[in-house]
Amino acid sequence: MLGYIDKIKEISERVLKEGTVEMVIGFQKGTLPMMNEPCFVKCSGDVQRLVWDSNCGINLANYLTDRKEKIAVIAKGCDSRNIVTHIIENKIKRDQLFIIGVPCNGMIDKSKIASMFEKEIIEVVEDQNNIIVKGEGFEETLKKGDVLQENCAICIHRNPVIYDELVSDMVEEQRDVDRYEDVRRIEEMEPDKKYGFFDDLLSACIRCYACRDACPLCYCPTCFVDESRPQWVGKGQDPVDIRTFHFLRAYHCAGRCTDCGACERACPMEIKVRTFTKKLEKDCLEAYGWEAGMSLDERPPLDTFRPDDPEDFIK
Amino acid sequence: MLFKNLMEHMGIEPDRVHFSWISSAESTKFVDVVNEVTAAVKALGPNKNFIIKAA
Repeated sequence: MLGYIDKIKEISERVLKEGTVEMVIGFQKGTLPMMNEPCFVKCSGDVQRLVWDSNCGINLANYLTDRKEKIAVIAKGCDSRNIVTHIIENKIKRDQLFIIGVPCNGMIDKSKIASMFEKEIIEVVEDQNNIIVKGEGFEETLKKGDVLQENCAICIHRNPVIYDELVSDMVEEQRDVDRYEDVRRIEEMEPDKKYGFFDDLLSACIRCYACRDACPLCYCPTCFVDESRPQWVGKGQDPVDIRTFHFLRAYHCAGRCTDCGACERACPMEIKVRTFTKKLEKDCLEAYGWEAGMSLDERPPLDTFRPDDPEDFIK
Repeated sequence: MLFKNLMEHMGIEPDRVHFSWISSAESTKFVDVVNEVTAAVKALGPNKNFIIKAA
């Protein structure tokens, strides 16, 4: 995955020089370790800013919403699926995009790594399979496979589903992954226990809305939580309001979520916000055989009707 | 269905939320559904969760 960057730079430089696109969206090094940030390159001389490593977990489809210019975007498997969703939802046109596809081996979980060390981490470097964490007076090598983001560890679509050019050969997809073990564990609980489980889960939430802002699906001009006429949900720290926010935010992603993990990655309180969206994702797969963002030619389950849609919940 | 499932997943009892499609001409169905819903909810007792407590 480290070798990708030369190819990424080469393609970016070419498409900018040739005028195929006006802007390349990729990643540049962040100010903190393990925190690469999105980067918008507009002239070919600037492509040296681009980087690629295991800290590129942000979903770049988020920056395509309603853009008018021609854009090259670097897309992992999940980004590409969100780009498909964006195209289906008319948030950008396919012919505006030059998609640089990146077969992905998973991104690393910065919170998990930070929690493994008492001291501050100053530098994180990596080679093919290892992550080397350095700080004052310590240096430790971790296996990349052990510190993947949770959604990456269970990812079954690592390769881009849509692209104009690939930076390398496709990687092998993970097979025999149990994607919904955690959802089933909750499903087995009694209602009161479930309620308590989510109370605990959300107890740290500070209503910063970082999860919403990081999500490429959340592009409403005014989000329901910001609306004040009418005010759909209280704006304070009441646990019920917090829950309403998370619950409805997730529901707005029903049939659209690709489990890219951007929400969870963005959360400063390390709340596992994917717990909500994963239930919807599982139900969509089971009830409609649907995985979001896999094809431009198929309409999502929530805007189509099929005679065999499950309806036993309606009396 | 997704909505009901998510409500239940979050800890709302299955019998507390009901969905029905009743035409304005189906008065008997309406009565039946209302009776069914009230019986199911009464059996559960008062809702304890997902309530904003008055300050």
